[in-house]
Amino acid sequence: MMPAYRVEIRVMPRASLLDPQGQAVNHALHALGFADVGDVRVGKHLVLQVNAKTPDDAASRARAMCDRLLANPVTEDYELLVETA
Amino acid sequence: MRRVAVVRFPGSNCDADTLDAARDAGSDAYYVWHRDVDLNQADVVILPGGFSYGDYLRSGAIARFSPVMEAVTAHARAGGPVLGICNGFQILCEAGLLPGALMRNAGLRFLSRPVQVRVETLDTPFTSAYRRGETLVLPVAHGDGRYVADERTTAELEAEGRVVLRYVGDNPNGSTQGIAGVCSAGRNVVGIMPHPERRAAAAVGGTDGARVFFSLEAAHATQHTGDVRAVGGHHPGLC
Repeated sequence: MMPAYRVEIRVMPRASLLDPQGQAVNHALHALGFADVGDVRVGKHLVLQVNAKTPDDAASRARAMCDRLLANPVTEDYELLVETA
Repeated sequence: MRRVAVVRFPGSNCDADTLDAARDAGSDAYYVWHRDVDLNQADVVILPGGFSYGDYLRSGAIARFSPVMEAVTAHARAGGPVLGICNGFQILCEAGLLPGALMRNAGLRFLSRPVQVRVETLDTPFTSAYRRGETLVLPVAHGDGRYVADERTTAELEAEGRVVLRYVGDNPNGSTQGIAGVCSAGRNVVGIMPHPERRAAAAVGGTDGARVFFSLEAAHATQHTGDVRAVGGHHPGLC
């Protein structure tokens, strides 16, 4: 049986693009007195269980999933982390 | 009379208005379910507005993998007219049939109100019955309407006259260069954020949207005389 890996994927709006959600959170933090907050950006965090032979295989499958569906190549960047489940 | 397929996804909610607007313009319009793999000999395909798959992940991201999208893509690649309205525009971008993407409105609020848009090109199957530069009042109803594309793509769209509609007066969602609609390089695939089907009869507040549907019937007449489709799909302009 193939081992299961836990793949964590972080999808973020591309740095060059306006992130109104991040701005709104930033304003709210300032309103609460957290004046030390600089830039805020809001993205998505996905956790998948992937069955694969090796961690590298799990990573390459997860990258294919990001490229096809989980991230939009026009507006988002992603990073992933593979751990033994 | 053109055969117009209105595709329904789970979460589409402008499908009935779109069907009515197409029929009122004289088309033989009918529904196609998103799980169908056949467009039933459609001349034109319309992806209506709504919230397909609850906008999960990103608007249009899951709908683009619906079984019907393979036939829609084949139809588009063969030069067949395809119109995406609102969520339909988002789906066409996600499917790679139109460049760019639609992101969260700059002001974060969901916008549901009339806006002014200018018709920037008549050289598409859905705008040929307008006058160039004409300003229309059409409603928008979207949370993710901010059109974004990289600089090169935007410059290309402008240079090739592929911006179809542009917001005038104010830019409600922060779209790049006020873009409210674009077309493909072949000009047969068009995506617009405003809802022409909601302004297609005087009884619902105006008729500025009706000519989107009359255009495709007029384009049909022209195609028959020239049989343009047979020579590659890109008809040389009706302006």
